[in-house]
Amino acid sequence: MTEDRFKHDEDLFCSGHRACPGCGAALTSKLVTEATGPQTILSMPTGCMEVTTTPYPESAWGISWIHNIFENSAAVAGGIETAYKSFSKRGKEGYTDKDDVNFVVLAGDGATFDIGIRSLSGMMERGHDVLYICYDNEAYMNTGIQRSGSTPMGAATTTTPAGKQSLGEDIRKKDMPSIAAAHGLEYVATASVAYPEDFKRKVKKALEIEGPKYIQIFAPCPRGWRHESKNTIKIARLAVETGLYPVFEMENGRITNTMKVKDRKPVEEYLKVQGRFKHLFKKEGGDEIIDYLQEVADVNAEKIGF
Amino acid sequence: MADNPYKDLKISKGAVVEPRTTLVNKTGSWRSERPVIDHEKCVACGNCEKFCPDMAVKETENGKFEIDLDYCKGCGICAEECPVKAIIMEKEEK
Repeated sequence: MTEDRFKHDEDLFCSGHRACPGCGAALTSKLVTEATGPQTILSMPTGCMEVTTTPYPESAWGISWIHNIFENSAAVAGGIETAYKSFSKRGKEGYTDKDDVNFVVLAGDGATFDIGIRSLSGMMERGHDVLYICYDNEAYMNTGIQRSGSTPMGAATTTTPAGKQSLGEDIRKKDMPSIAAAHGLEYVATASVAYPEDFKRKVKKALEIEGPKYIQIFAPCPRGWRHESKNTIKIARLAVETGLYPVFEMENGRITNTMKVKDRKPVEEYLKVQGRFKHLFKKEGGDEIIDYLQEVADVNAEKIGF
Repeated sequence: MADNPYKDLKISKGAVVEPRTTLVNKTGSWRSERPVIDHEKCVACGNCEKFCPDMAVKETENGKFEIDLDYCKGCGICAEECPVKAIIMEKEEK
């Protein structure tokens, strides 16, 4: 099928998926499978990654994978974990021991911040041994770039378009890692696709911990953010270097590790390479939003300490 | 390599599919620019493979990193992230 010198047989996330060129979420999926290994059951709600990786009768996945509707990926993963717990307890034949299986959710920000937050909260409350990973591309990209609870202030989306009366999104981004930490989680972390080794280390570390864990990874979307596909990694790096997307680990509610940023860059450097923010540089009042975003970065630097 | 999933296609309950079957979908046809690696300049750091969202960069048996043009969508991340600028993007011509 393909040239013999290229081996795809051992990939746990495979070529041929239909994500756009330069997709941050597809890169996230690859990194997740590299970190979890084959003994993994991945639960995935509706979203870009579900649609692009599994058009029937195809699948890009080399691990066990289950699709569920937008709101219940955490509940489904919790259910699978509970079933395995019961199998192990009863010594049911034909199933791997619960401790040898990783139960993982990979969901977008829409399914995490808005639609699935109820079942995510329930899963964390009940204490299932599930790692919940959110790939954060800051809007509902699959359905056509509608705003989500994760969309940052000032970003133009199809439901918050910039125009005569509007400067894009007018609500601040929801602080989801803190909401997860408020559930008393032992491990909460953020990451960025620009630092794959850091992200993989965090996934491996989280899987060592019994109970619910939450990791959020910043995954740029060239189509939705209106940037060149080659700039995906550059933008992900700039988000960290400006302080707009702090990368840290939080254990039992305390920040225990942060990615240090030397000589923090002004937020304009991050904003100007993306079409979704271009109106901020042209329209009256745009500078106020840039000032606000700079303040967000400054507060992040102070609060999280990098 | 998984078999072609379209052969004897049946609609099953729960729609269970075989792993790695998207490999039948050659996304290389999407490309408008192709990455070309200068192996003289390449220091084999593996950044291109690490950042490729399409698993289209592979370390082949001779230890070189090469692009699987069957699947490369031409996003240009590998060229952008190469620390020694050993990858250039060339226009695809038909």
